[in-house]
Amino acid sequence: MPFPAPFPLPPGEHPPMTLGFFIQNIINALQWGSFYALIALGYSMVYSILMLFNFAHGDIFMVGAYIGLGVAIVLLKVVGTGAAALMPGWAVLVVTILISMFLTAFVGIIVERVGYRPLRHAPRASAAITGLMIGIILETSNVLFLGGQRLHFPQLVQSQTYDIGGIFITNKKIMIVLLSVGLMIALHQFVARSRWGMAMRAMAYDIVVVPLVGVPINTIAAMTFAIGSALAAAAGILFGLAYPVLDPYMGVSLGWKAFVAAILGGRGSIMGACIAGFMLGFIEIMTVPAIQIMNRLFELNIGSNLRDLIAYSIVLVILVFRPHGLFGEAYSARLRL
Amino acid sequence: MKNRTPSTSPGELQAAVRTLFGPIPLLGFLLGFLVCVLLERALGEPLAHLLKLPKMPVLFGTLTISKVLAGLINSVLRGAGFHPATLIQIPMTLIYVSLIYFVPLVVIGRLSARAANRAARAMQDMPLLLPALVHLGLMYAVLHIWAGASDYRLVTLKLTLIAVLVTLSLNVINGYMGEFSCSHPGFMAIGAYVSSLFTVGLFIDSPVLGKALVDSSIAYLTFPLALLLGGIAAAAGALLVAIPSFKTRGDYLAIISLAFLFIVKSLFENIQGLGGARGIAGQPPWSALPVIFAVVVLGVWFTNNFVTSILGKALNAVRDDETAAEAMTVNTRKVKMTAFLFGAFWAGVAGGLVAHELRYINPAMFGIQKLAEVLAMVYFGGLNSVYGSIVGAVSISILGEALRPLEILKWIVIPLLLILVMIFRPTGLIAFRDFDMRRAIGPK
Repeated sequence: MPFPAPFPLPPGEHPPMTLGFFIQNIINALQWGSFYALIALGYSMVYSILMLFNFAHGDIFMVGAYIGLGVAIVLLKVVGTGAAALMPGWAVLVVTILISMFLTAFVGIIVERVGYRPLRHAPRASAAITGLMIGIILETSNVLFLGGQRLHFPQLVQSQTYDIGGIFITNKKIMIVLLSVGLMIALHQFVARSRWGMAMRAMAYDIVVVPLVGVPINTIAAMTFAIGSALAAAAGILFGLAYPVLDPYMGVSLGWKAFVAAILGGRGSIMGACIAGFMLGFIEIMTVPAIQIMNRLFELNIGSNLRDLIAYSIVLVILVFRPHGLFGEAYSARLRL
Repeated sequence: MKNRTPSTSPGELQAAVRTLFGPIPLLGFLLGFLVCVLLERALGEPLAHLLKLPKMPVLFGTLTISKVLAGLINSVLRGAGFHPATLIQIPMTLIYVSLIYFVPLVVIGRLSARAANRAARAMQDMPLLLPALVHLGLMYAVLHIWAGASDYRLVTLKLTLIAVLVTLSLNVINGYMGEFSCSHPGFMAIGAYVSSLFTVGLFIDSPVLGKALVDSSIAYLTFPLALLLGGIAAAAGALLVAIPSFKTRGDYLAIISLAFLFIVKSLFENIQGLGGARGIAGQPPWSALPVIFAVVVLGVWFTNNFVTSILGKALNAVRDDETAAEAMTVNTRKVKMTAFLFGAFWAGVAGGLVAHELRYINPAMFGIQKLAEVLAMVYFGGLNSVYGSIVGAVSISILGEALRPLEILKWIVIPLLLILVMIFRPTGLIAFRDFDMRRAIGPK
């Protein structure tokens, strides 16, 4: 099977240990966590309604990033760059995100139609397999059509670094965190306030009875996939903004970790997915300075690439003690075999 | 002469196959195959030359055909040069396959059917071990002669056999017990590392694990011990997944097992004493075909006995309704623990076999991709079924090899095929089928 290439890691070089250093890391963690949270939302929403995990979601994130790349290149051609530009960089970014979200939503709808709707009454594990396979098809098609080399995401926003009392913050990080938090709030408002959101919540509550009273299950399912994919596309573009190298297998690693975050948050809990996403990002980023401190205090020599090990051990411990996730309720999960 | 299963939709093809092969017992098939492979050994090369094939088709002609198709597709997609003359290879390969495999199989099978049935009937009264050994011996002879034709066949066959073991051991957890365990590559990794640690550490000079401690010419006799240690270590690792499974099921257990996989992979990547991300190389080449065949047969036998035992039936009870099973005095904890340890043990053994076949392991081999592959084999072949696991592992392995000339397109064709299987047969090709040795080798 094609082997996933390593995705760009968050910056590894760190200034000496001060309070500022920690705040710096917290900001990094917020940025890293917002990718996880945005992707985890897609997993979580689909799960809450269909009780299925969309294993193609990580690759939809990748497709979203590539669609964003295409949209951004076209937009930059139309608008122009530099001083002659018709729009400022951030406006191009917002337009790119909106267009790509719209386009990627259709990818999600197609995935639902092809891979999940025919299997609505099949064992859940079968749907998991189709999801995995659609993911592989998406990766392979990308390699097939774009040649498999890594592509550069255009710099939509000029990078600026602010120095606030020794803490260095780039405008991109602020933008990423704000945009993703904004999207999360928008999603929450949509689910909590709108008619469609109410239908989704009802469907999550009972998928057998609610369709009987006239809520269209297929429309709601497709809409859920569309919203999740749109959020994944936003995450993809923001990821491209922070680490401007895209490769076809970027969705594998990030997607599976976001999947873990979605579970960690609790069954289908939007709030839980966000918080668990940020938490996972936090754990991953903070492991590195924690190991450095341990090494310095106890004169050890632990490699800082133990990140995954520690992050997943923490996840394992949390799940052993809270088997239904942080915000999930106890329920009996039965495979519909 | 009875039909084993009443057919639901007797298509023309199915009826034809039934009249052709219906009265032949397994013994007759094995004899037929033996003649086929002997025939190929004697006449394969001249016949391939006669049919103007570049060389003898190695994988029942599938590889040759897909190579021609790949050339055609390449010429359409990328404008690469394509000789229309190579198209003639497709019918020629089909002729080759039917002359070497199909016709002898049918002829010998039909001719020997009466005698084979009589022999099978005679063996029915003996203790099961004897006829089973006769059949397995014949089967091994067929595989040995078939694989003797080229190194490529040998490697493919070995990896396919190992895949059968892995698939079956995962089927115990995912099919029979109905969990969605994602940790199997992790168990394989543990088995591979521990057995390599044993063999390479003791008997081989290695840049990673240092000089050999023992210099012995009969060191290969300890290979079963190495495999056993690998399996036991994997089973010990499975405790980490089995104990949380007391409290939780389904998706959360899936995550726990996934986290376990990531932890194992990350652990092996970070232990510099075990070669880190570069892994261990230079395992002794002890995974010979007879060893692998024996271990896989042993694994299938154990697994089949396990799943048909009372404890094995309790697995199905836990899968179908855990609460009801508990009410019917099934000790669910014991059942879950046994299933996880059992599955992990055989996965660990399979990992040890892989390590000594490829003679090189690194943590990246046991990642998400491996997981997707094994899951695909289990769900393609069929849940809750020994036959299904064998069919799934063999067909996905052969498909993967046969479509190799298609290069990257292979990863579109195979997933599409799996999606179609999932849509039309959601539990897999041959699901919920018991495997009964006595019936399999009995007369028809």
